[in-house]
Amino acid sequence: MTSNRVEHGGAAHTSSRKALDHFVLEIADDALVLGHRLSEWCGHGPTIEEDIALSNISLDHLGQAQCLYELLVENDANYGSADKLAFFRDSFEFRNCILVEQENGDFAQTIVRQVYFSAYYYFLYEQLSSCPISLLSDFAAKARKEVSYHLRHAGEWILRLGDGTTESKARAQAAIVQLWPFVEELLAPSEAASILIAESQVFEPSTVSSAYKQYLETLLSEATLEVPSSTAASPLNGRQLKHSEHLSQLLSVMQSTARAHPDALW
Amino acid sequence: MVEGHFGRTTRIRAMSEEQRTKDFLSRIDAKETIEPKEWMPERYREQLVRMMSQHAHSEIVGMLPEGNWITRAPSLRRKIALIAKVQDEAGHGHYIYSAVETLGVSREEVYRKLLDGSAKYSHIFNYPTTSWADIGMIGWLVDGAAIINQTMLARCSYGPYARAMLRICKEENFHKKQGMEIVSRLCRGTAAQKAMAQESFDRWWWPTLMMFGLPDEKSKNTAELMQFGIKLRSNDELRQRFIDMNVKQAQEFGLTIPDPDLYFDEDSGHWQIGPIPWEEFFEVLKGNGPCNRERLDAKIRAHEEGRWVREAASAFAEKRAKRRAKQ
Repeated sequence: MTSNRVEHGGAAHTSSRKALDHFVLEIADDALVLGHRLSEWCGHGPTIEEDIALSNISLDHLGQAQCLYELLVENDANYGSADKLAFFRDSFEFRNCILVEQENGDFAQTIVRQVYFSAYYYFLYEQLSSCPISLLSDFAAKARKEVSYHLRHAGEWILRLGDGTTESKARAQAAIVQLWPFVEELLAPSEAASILIAESQVFEPSTVSSAYKQYLETLLSEATLEVPSSTAASPLNGRQLKHSEHLSQLLSVMQSTARAHPDALW
Repeated sequence: MVEGHFGRTTRIRAMSEEQRTKDFLSRIDAKETIEPKEWMPERYREQLVRMMSQHAHSEIVGMLPEGNWITRAPSLRRKIALIAKVQDEAGHGHYIYSAVETLGVSREEVYRKLLDGSAKYSHIFNYPTTSWADIGMIGWLVDGAAIINQTMLARCSYGPYARAMLRICKEENFHKKQGMEIVSRLCRGTAAQKAMAQESFDRWWWPTLMMFGLPDEKSKNTAELMQFGIKLRSNDELRQRFIDMNVKQAQEFGLTIPDPDLYFDEDSGHWQIGPIPWEEFFEVLKGNGPCNRERLDAKIRAHEEGRWVREAASAFAEKRAKRRAKQ
């Protein structure tokens, strides 16, 4: 933990300090929002086993979010607390990507969203775990193990859905196309990431991007599914605080109890 | 010397039905554990299937009222703990369905009976969770009542059920602690939090007392279940244990018990309660509780919407098996 303080304290410019905070918030908000979405499945999954698995993945993501928020608070008391970051910010202050705020839809949409998401983080954490900023490398080394399980789980479902029945194949393919416009936002480095890359070479976006595309192509082809041909990216961008309507709806539910009792301890 | 499984099977084969039953009941009296492949009276098997499936269904349906607050839990810590708890319930359901399978009934068959409304689950899950305090009350009171019941069942005569209960009780104890921590926090909190706790307690107190079932003289299954060593204590005994334990606990929390007739009986050393509103219990059992329809609809919807997913999984497994066979 001391090393995290040193990294922060040692940041040469406020701009890079701010960039690091923003980059951490991007990862943390992604984890919080997706963790929340997955928890909406609890009790409603297609089998008991899958109910348990989705809850597990949800728990991992929420744990990641909590851990990162706490690191931010530890380094800057102005953030207040992890709960304050999760429950008392408005949607326009959230830095999560658009992909994670998309509604669960059917099981195929949930699984495709998870593959798109976990594959990116799998390759990102692979690089971050050896980056020079210890706050990021320590976290990435731990989170990578969780993400690799998420990716395996969702990847196996892609195979089952793609190579299962006519209906499951159609649903999986529809989800692949529907969520594709939100992938670009993940692969293109955000402003915060670009600053950190320029200053500390935290990761190499082109390596992440090509490994990601390679992985998806192999997976989808094995699942007898097609990679979408269209490259049109969504005009929305959560890293630039331009969200879809879904986020504010999600937050109004998630934050309702906490905000109704702002002075309460739980 | 304890008779071996093989020796017993050979001996039992030679007996008449009546002798077998007599032999079986003497084993129960001797506190022996009955295992899946051993001979058992049909009635014993039926009662176990009924009780264990009801129990498994309760775990699965019980996920809904608590799941209702996952998306609105007031802090990250509470949110994470609640998801983990509801996930545990899914695990318990899964585990008990597997235990029912040892009696020769498939999980699909048992589950179908839940969905078509012919099997019951605990009446308590037909009550709504309308505030965050309900999550605390369910942990403290509902899980607390379940623990009293399950601690007894952990010593029941059927091996797989007893072992399932042993494992489940450990997790339930943790859930109860979690619930009590939520209630304790609310009772030490702001005026609004205290009011939230009392309002919730008022709603849950009586329904949890009903969880132990009808008074002994009116319970139609108790005598037989006790003879079979499935139940070791009567409904009223268990209920009294719960009352004695929780009147004190409620007082420590600073909650008022919604029972004007409640008093401590010096002679018996027990708390005596006023009349339990059993009409309400019968209505809920008949399907007229506040949430019966919603609970069942939610499970039917999940089952229907998940059908294509389960079909895809089995189609894929078949294809994969064929491909492997060719290799």
